[in-house]
Amino acid sequence: EKSRTGLLSKLGKAVIGKDTVDDEVLDDLEEVLITSDVGVATTLKIIRRIEARVKKDKYLNTSELQQILREEIIALLRENDTDKPAEFGAETPAKPHVIMVVGVNGVGKTTTIGKLAWHYRQADKNVLLGAADTFRAAAVNQLTIWSERAGVPIVQQGQNADPAAVAYDTVASAKKRGADVVLIDTAGRLHNKKGLMDELSKIKRVMSKVVPEAPHEVLLVLDASTGQNAMQQAKAFTQAVDITGLALTKLDGTAKGGIVIGISSELNVPVKYIGVGEQAADLQVFDRVSFVNALFDKTP
Amino acid sequence: MFDDLSSKLQSTFKSLSGQSKITDLNIAEAVREIRRALLDADVNYEVAREFTKKVKDQALEQDVLTSVSPGQLFTKIVYDELTQVLGGQKEEIRFASTPPSVILIAGLQGSGKTTFTGKLAKYLKSKGRNPVLAAADVYRPAAIEQLKTLAEQIKVPVYSIEEKNAVRTAKEALQFARSNAHDVLIIDTAGRLHVDEKMMAEVSEIKKAVQPNEILFVVDSMTGQDAVNTAREFDKTIDFDGVVLTKLDGDTRGGAALSIRNVVEKPIKFISMGEKMDSLTPFYPDRMAQRILGMGDVISLVEKA
Ligand SMILES: Nc1nc2c(ncn2[C@@H]2O[C@H](COP(=O)(O)OP(=O)(O)OP(=O)(O)O)[C@@H](O)[C@H]2O)c(=O)[nH]1
Ligand SMILES: Nc1nc2c(ncn2[C@@H]2O[C@H](COP(=O)(O)OP(=O)(O)OP(=O)(O)O)[C@@H](O)[C@H]2O)c(=O)[nH]1
Ligand SMILES: [Mg+2]
Ligand SMILES: [Mg+2]
Repeated sequence: EKSRTGLLSKLGKAVIGKDTVDDEVLDDLEEVLITSDVGVATTLKIIRRIEARVKKDKYLNTSELQQILREEIIALLRENDTDKPAEFGAETPAKPHVIMVVGVNGVGKTTTIGKLAWHYRQADKNVLLGAADTFRAAAVNQLTIWSERAGVPIVQQGQNADPAAVAYDTVASAKKRGADVVLIDTAGRLHNKKGLMDELSKIKRVMSKVVPEAPHEVLLVLDASTGQNAMQQAKAFTQAVDITGLALTKLDGTAKGGIVIGISSELNVPVKYIGVGEQAADLQVFDRVSFVNALFDKTP
Repeated sequence: MFDDLSSKLQSTFKSLSGQSKITDLNIAEAVREIRRALLDADVNYEVAREFTKKVKDQALEQDVLTSVSPGQLFTKIVYDELTQVLGGQKEEIRFASTPPSVILIAGLQGSGKTTFTGKLAKYLKSKGRNPVLAAADVYRPAAIEQLKTLAEQIKVPVYSIEEKNAVRTAKEALQFARSNAHDVLIIDTAGRLHVDEKMMAEVSEIKKAVQPNEILFVVDSMTGQDAVNTAREFDKTIDFDGVVLTKLDGDTRGGAALSIRNVVEKPIKFISMGEKMDSLTPFYPDRMAQRILGMGDVISLVEKA
């Protein structure tokens, strides 16, 4: 196994004093990016940007080049909007701040909500959960256990209730109680199922009848082990509910989650959180620099 | 419908018309197109590289350029090779000569194990068997409830215990199956990462304790490049007998199927196409090959070749 850090010094050697990056190095760079699920299109984009920089600034040394590579990738990852802070202690512009969590089946939506609730709670926020996944077997049970773990209340109407009604009730109840943050769980759905995507648009719509700006945040959860299909997912969910942020889960495995680079860049949405385990504390605010550094860490 | 890849290949070869012999050089473009299609479909980087090399060698050997339609012949070579790698002979679940047969289900978090456990029970029931399920996921919140809810829908019993002990659950479930004349025991386990030593040790202990006749590795068909790492590690630990590909009702190309076949050489035994209990389907290598290539109708295309 070639080490990824080895690649970077090789990349440096191969371009110093030249105005093009030689093919062998580009092949290696390509390997790092492709095997991290960055995808062919985004990889070509990154390679072209590096070639352009190298052409312009000739005579680069190794460390400059490594820096450039990281910079170019970081530049593709969109910065977070200041009006939708990811930090748990930060003031939110609205109260309640309503976060709707969406994504395909099994990516980690409910778990991410549990973790978010726990972190907001640690930061002394009043949190309310809404169990609007009424479809998946025992989904309400699962979220209820998370509400207990996080020590936050939950609004639920049981399995098979109308998810839009649950979402509506949750936001209404949050308004009444003066909650700071509302987290709405939704059933996993594949993005190519039109009926289910329409249902999601409806769930979103009804919340705005209680709080006009709600949901303030629509978080799309992506599984780091997902490959190129994540791009289709992101596009379809954006179309249905206009996503405002990404959460990348299961980064505690060996998958790198490189697909978020292309998604963040193309759809203009920031990555806000990463999931690194199954416990409440295993969630971090996304950091572009450490994410990109991890792409070039040694493979196990 | 000729979509992207095949039309690209047609035009690539059109530009070669007039050249009398196929060479490394003039086929490079076509090979690149194939490679890109495979990578776009999430076929592992290494696997894609080996695969395209094989295809290239065949194209050189058959000298595709001298055929009437080189683009189509080339596509056919790719398609046939892909089908062959994915396929092999159809393999069924292995049952014990003296029941109960034990089937162990394992895989990463959220891949679809619990859902598949229910589906498989329903399928086996329809074949006249009398399955019981073991709820050996003692970690995920409401995992047991989830399995029980599904089991209720298909009217199959679930064995679970109060204590959070997966190995004991599995062992006792086997006893339960024996004493209640169940001929199949299907064990649902917790999702686990291949790098989680403690959890991998647990599944290996479950295996030792119940000696399954069949171990199935459940994989989300949307998995990307990492599929090879996880499949390899699970195979090392539990030496599974077959693969289940889930969520193929999505629009993923499912290149992970090819990657896994390449790395562990275990058959794909089932595919799962929905959340309901009745959407379990056998695996067809040719359909999967078309899907990976992203072609709606390769057959009619290659028949002309
Ligand atoms: N290792 C690891 N596992 C995770 C992470 N996030 C979630 N999981 C696990 O992934 C599995 C699925 O998580 P859920 O939260 O149920 O996923 P979901 O998107 O709500 O699933 P559906 O509602 O069925 O669509 C569970 O076993 C979680 O414990 C993570 O960051 N790391
Ligand atoms: N669309 C679709 N959804 C599926 C399929 N198989 C499972 N699911 C869904 O995927 C999600 C995860 O499925 P589970 O069966 O809970 O997965 P698991 O592997 O048991 O998850 P953990 O126990 O948390 O590791 C659920 O929402 C299921 O309904 C499938 O073939 N198609
Ligand atoms: Mg959920
Ligand atoms: Mg499960």
